[in-house]
Amino acid sequence: MATELETAEAAGHAAEAVGMPQLDFSTYPNQIFWLVVTLFAIYFVLSRIALPRIGAVLAERQGTISNDIAAAEELKLRAQEAERAYEKALADARAEAQRIVAETKAEIKADLDAATAKADAEIAARSAEAEKQIAEIRAGALESVSEVARATAADVIAAMGFRAESGAVEAAVDGKLKG
Amino acid sequence: MASEDATGGVNIDTMHQFMVRPLFGEGAVHWYTPTNVTLWMGIAVVCTVLLLVMGTRGRAIVPSRIQSVAELAYGFVYKMVEDVSGRDGLKYFPYIMSLFIFIVFANFLGLIPGAFTTTSHLAVTATMALAVFIGVTVLGFVKHGASFLSLFWITAAPLALRPILAVIEVISYFVRPVSHSIRLMGNMMAGHAVMKVFAGFAGVLGVGAVFPVVAIGAIYALEFLVAFIQAYVFAILTCVYLRDALHPHH
Repeated sequence: MATELETAEAAGHAAEAVGMPQLDFSTYPNQIFWLVVTLFAIYFVLSRIALPRIGAVLAERQGTISNDIAAAEELKLRAQEAERAYEKALADARAEAQRIVAETKAEIKADLDAATAKADAEIAARSAEAEKQIAEIRAGALESVSEVARATAADVIAAMGFRAESGAVEAAVDGKLKG
Repeated sequence: MASEDATGGVNIDTMHQFMVRPLFGEGAVHWYTPTNVTLWMGIAVVCTVLLLVMGTRGRAIVPSRIQSVAELAYGFVYKMVEDVSGRDGLKYFPYIMSLFIFIVFANFLGLIPGAFTTTSHLAVTATMALAVFIGVTVLGFVKHGASFLSLFWITAAPLALRPILAVIEVISYFVRPVSHSIRLMGNMMAGHAVMKVFAGFAGVLGVGAVFPVVAIGAIYALEFLVAFIQAYVFAILTCVYLRDALHPHH
C-alpha cells in the first residue's frame, strides 16, 4: 500500500515535472534561437532566390500569353483584309464580265439592226418593182381587152350585116369600157 | 511505466511527443544545443528549398508539377497580401510568405508519425506572433506617427461611446499576439494529443482496436486540413494587422 502510494506520488511528481512541455521555460531559449535561425534562413532563400525567380517566371508567362494573343489578333486582321481584297477582286471581275456582256449585246444588236434595215430596203425595192410590173401587166391587159372588144364588136356588127364606120364602133366600145 | 501500475493499466502519456530533447546524448538544453527542434526546423528549411528553389529550377513557361505547386503557393500568398493588406502591403510579401511557408511545412512535417511538431510549442508561435505584433506596431508609428493611435479612436461611433470603444480596442489590440500564437499552438498540440490518446486505446483494446484505428484515420484527415488552415489563418491575420498598420484610419 505504502509503496503504491509512493509510486503514485512519484508518478505525479514526474508528470508535474514533465507537465506540458510547452510550458517548460528552460527550453525556450533553445527553441527561440533555432526558430530565429530557421526564419532567417527561409527569408534569405525566399527573398534572394525563390520569390524573384517565381515572380519572373509568372511575369514572363503573362507576357508570352499576351504576346501570343496580340499576334493572333494581328493574323486575324490580316486574314480579314485578304478576304476583303478577294471579295473586291471578285466584284470587279463580275462587273467587268457584265460590261463585256452588255457591250457584246449592243454590238450584236447594231449588226442585227443594220441587217434588218438592209433587208427591209431590199424588200421594199423588190415589191416596188413587182408593183410596177403588175401595173404594166394590168395596163397591157386593159389595152388587149379594148382591142378584143372593138374587134369583136366590129365582127358582131359585120355578122349582123351592118356596116359601121370604124371610128363610131371604136368610140362606142371605149365609151362602154369606161362606163 | 511506474504510473501505469499506479492507475491500473491505461495511462497514455500524450505529452511525451512534445518533449524538447538534445539530438546528441543527454543533458541540459542550452540555447545553442542542437535539439529535435533544430532537426525538424532544418527539415522544414530543406523542404522549402526543395519546393521553391529546386522545383522552380527549370523556370519553364509551361511548368512542371513541382513548379506549379510552388507557383500556386506564391500566387496564393501574393493574392492574399494584395487583397487583405492592399497594394502597398506587397512590400512585406516576402516576410508573410516566409512565415506561411515555415508554418505550412512545420505543420505538415509534424503529421509524419514520430515527428516533432515545432509549431505545437508556445515558444515558437509566440515568438512569431510577437515579431508580427512588434513589427506591425513599429511600422504603424513610423508610417503615421502619433496619428497611428486613431486606430483606437473610432470616428464612426457616437462621440459618447468613443472612449469606451477606445479602451476595448486597446485591450483587443494587445490581446492579438496572445490569440495569434495560442490559436496555432493549441490546434497543433490538441490534434496530436488526441491522436495519441486514440493510439493508446488501440494498444489496450485488442481486437476492438478497429474503432480507435478508424478514428485515428478520421482525425488524421482532419489534422491534415487543420495543418493548412492554421497556416492560412496565421498568414491572413498577419495581413490584417499589417493593413491596420498601413491604413489606421478605418
